[in-house]
Amino acid sequence: MTLFNNKNLSPSQSDLVLLWILRGFALLTGIIVVLITAFLLLEALPVLQQVGWLRFVSDPSWHPVQGFYNLMPMLWGSLLVTLGAVILAAPLGIGSAIFCQYYAPPFFSGFYRQLINLLAGIPSVVYGFWGLVVLVPLIGKLQPPGTSLLAGIAILTLMILPTIALTAEASFSEVPTEYFQGAAALGISRWATIRSVVLPATKSGLFTGLILGTGRAIGETMAVLMVCGNVVQTPTSIFDPIRTLTANIALEMAYATGNHRSALFVSGLLLMVAIAILVAVAEGMSRRNIYG
Amino acid sequence: MKKSQLTQNSRLSLPSMQTERLSLYYGKKAAFTDVTMPIYSGKITALIGPSGCGKTSFLSCLNRLTDLIPHTKVVGSIRLDAVEILNNRVDAIALRRRVGTIFQKPNPFPFSIWKNLAFPLKEHGIKKREQLDRLIETTLQDVGLWSEVKDRLHTSALFLSGGQKQRLCIARALVLQPEVLLLDEPCSALDPISSGVVEDLIASLRGRYTVVIVTHNLAQARRIGDYAALFWVRAEVGRLIEYGTVEQIFTAPQQDLTAAYVNGIRG
Amino acid sequence: MGEKSKNQISLPTFIVWAIALSVTAVFCWILGDILWHGVGQLSWEFLTTEPRNAGREGGIAPILISTCLILAVCLAVSLPLSVGTAVLLAEFTTTESRFGRLVRRSLDVLAGVPSIVFGLFGNAFFSIKLGLGFSILSGGLTLACMVLPILIRSAEEGFRAVPTEYRLGAAALGLSRTTTLWKLLLPAATPGLVVGLVLGIGRAIAETAALIFTSGYVDRMPESLLDSGRSLSIHIFDLSMNVAGGDANAYASALVLLILLLLVNGMATWIAQFWLARRIKS
Ligand SMILES: Nc1ncnc2c1ncn2[C@@H]1O[C@H](COP(=O)(O)OP(=O)(O)OP(=O)(O)O)[C@@H](O)[C@H]1O
Ligand SMILES: [Mg+2]
Repeated sequence: MTLFNNKNLSPSQSDLVLLWILRGFALLTGIIVVLITAFLLLEALPVLQQVGWLRFVSDPSWHPVQGFYNLMPMLWGSLLVTLGAVILAAPLGIGSAIFCQYYAPPFFSGFYRQLINLLAGIPSVVYGFWGLVVLVPLIGKLQPPGTSLLAGIAILTLMILPTIALTAEASFSEVPTEYFQGAAALGISRWATIRSVVLPATKSGLFTGLILGTGRAIGETMAVLMVCGNVVQTPTSIFDPIRTLTANIALEMAYATGNHRSALFVSGLLLMVAIAILVAVAEGMSRRNIYG
Repeated sequence: MKKSQLTQNSRLSLPSMQTERLSLYYGKKAAFTDVTMPIYSGKITALIGPSGCGKTSFLSCLNRLTDLIPHTKVVGSIRLDAVEILNNRVDAIALRRRVGTIFQKPNPFPFSIWKNLAFPLKEHGIKKREQLDRLIETTLQDVGLWSEVKDRLHTSALFLSGGQKQRLCIARALVLQPEVLLLDEPCSALDPISSGVVEDLIASLRGRYTVVIVTHNLAQARRIGDYAALFWVRAEVGRLIEYGTVEQIFTAPQQDLTAAYVNGIRG
Repeated sequence: MGEKSKNQISLPTFIVWAIALSVTAVFCWILGDILWHGVGQLSWEFLTTEPRNAGREGGIAPILISTCLILAVCLAVSLPLSVGTAVLLAEFTTTESRFGRLVRRSLDVLAGVPSIVFGLFGNAFFSIKLGLGFSILSGGLTLACMVLPILIRSAEEGFRAVPTEYRLGAAALGLSRTTTLWKLLLPAATPGLVVGLVLGIGRAIAETAALIFTSGYVDRMPESLLDSGRSLSIHIFDLSMNVAGGDANAYASALVLLILLLLVNGMATWIAQFWLARRIKS
């Protein structure tokens, strides 16, 4: 009695079939990226050809229906709101991670980590809604109208804080705890160890977190749309209402046609370029880290 | 009695293997080169030599597990009976069913004990429950595990002791009724008692399987081996230094290096 | 001196605690506010009736249905695509292979693309080029593109976390890679897949900007996948921005959205544990 009489050694095809199916899937994934870029370019092309790059910064105003395409106010809006949020969220996020990893009593650090995770999971429209009904009236009491650069910065800070905190904590957890025991044995305080050992060692990880946060802030639409007031102007104080590139797209896509629509795709393209630069910087950072 | 059931299947025709100027490269670096060596049917061939001399690499060529490691290149010839197994038209999967492998670290699947054996059987076309049960029982008896686990066949195999896990892995290989068995330091992760049990088990496979075993334990090689082959690193490349019967290698080695190694002067 | 420093709280300690407590406070403020204002509106009726008077009154039944449909379309497309790609990346390509690197690089870019840009793309490609119009299908497909990187990343990690010994062991038993994949690796990688699924669902349910110009605003009960359907997040946005006096129902909708997200999270944890227990038994 032989159980397996398959003694001839001939190749099986099933693995090859599987491999080709999988390659097909992966290719499709790659194609989506190409498609997105292609369609953004395709839709942006008419206005770029007819109007040209220069007029997006040199036109007197943003009145696309009349043929004026100055995007500068929106660019300033996006830039300032992002910058403000990152400057605020960086110390808060990294401080949160330091707290979790090195200062919190065990039960509280678990709770706090969970809280940061939940914070990361709150939809941007909910942040925007809360900002609109709670934060904006508060700021309005300080200085009307309330919907302002400041409100945008505040909400975005909350939104990117978890990103920064979570990446920072991941980097901290890779620092061996022996450093602390060693430092403690030498009579060096906890904070001194963090400042002189942990922070330098995790520099690139922290930086990556900041980049990720920046990317999220630049691309955020709903929250800023809801709390920033959406007036097309270059702000002169943090209480001025602003309009970001993303909000501009969301507001005008509904009725834009022709060159106007095309101009909105140009701003989409700008966002893509900004993100690509950020990704490249982050990658360059982590590569440098490997070599030294 | 049960044992004979499993081994009956006309083992008169156990295959032998023969390598001819076999070399393996990991990328550009050679693991071993120019190994020409017979592996006799039904006998136990012991591979000995210091760490890093290419024993594991040699074994992984014999069932083409090297296919799974990227950037490897195998040069030369390996014949299983008359078939050249390095030929691309040979199905590595069918080959591996005939040439079973046991690894240094026991690696049961994250299934129950029963399913660890049933899974490969089912995949090779045995689906009937009674037949599965019968095969699993005989095989577990064969490796001396049946009495220890018969009451918990359906609990996770990950909770077995190290020695039990290794015997389960041997059973998992045997249940497919391979003709050649490759064992890579099967006892080195085990305590002396389990090691002894597994060694006895391997010795009992003589004549029923063509066995190649890698071991660092020279006494073990001498106890259970019929033939022995000494590998050594020269100029960072593994070489076959000497091959012969265990008697010859341990009592009348031809090479000084062999004499030194088996007498424990080096390595 | 040693005595003194023991009783004194150092400045860094103080700052770090202050940060943690204020973040906690703001978090409680947000959740508390939504819970406080939302819970009064929430009722069975709210979940099962159609919105009236532009959403100021009535419930969110069609909106819930639309949200589920959009999610279903998104997952039906993205799940197979992402698991397939992840298997290829984790099991069949080395980290240095050119094809693998290309796909990975594409995914990194995709992961960073702002959701509004996905909205632009979805509008130009699915709604206009493919002629799907403002529909649940367009919205779901757009979201599928968006969650792809998240799903692939965590699925790939799931597969990479499976010990190599299993693969070697299976190969040594003469099992094909197809079998190994289905019977051994896929079950072992399930926790990773579930994590990805949860993250993906979370992102998809929460998404608004990508849907405005793809699935549209219509708040009637959808009759087919080609109908426009308003997602829960768009409903919140619309009520708070465009409908005066819509805040009460916006609160309730926001609460429903948060509860949905919590449910998804909880379910995932439960499934992962259940799976782990089952795998070992039989
Ligand atoms: N996957 C691999 N990639 C690159 N080099 C490898 C790989 N596996 C083994 N090597 C190298 O090939 C050489 C032979 O290794 P091998 O594992 O065959 O030695 P060994 O004789 O089994 O040693 P040990 O007794 O320690 O198990 C070593 O120099 C090792 O570093
Ligand atoms: Mg070895």
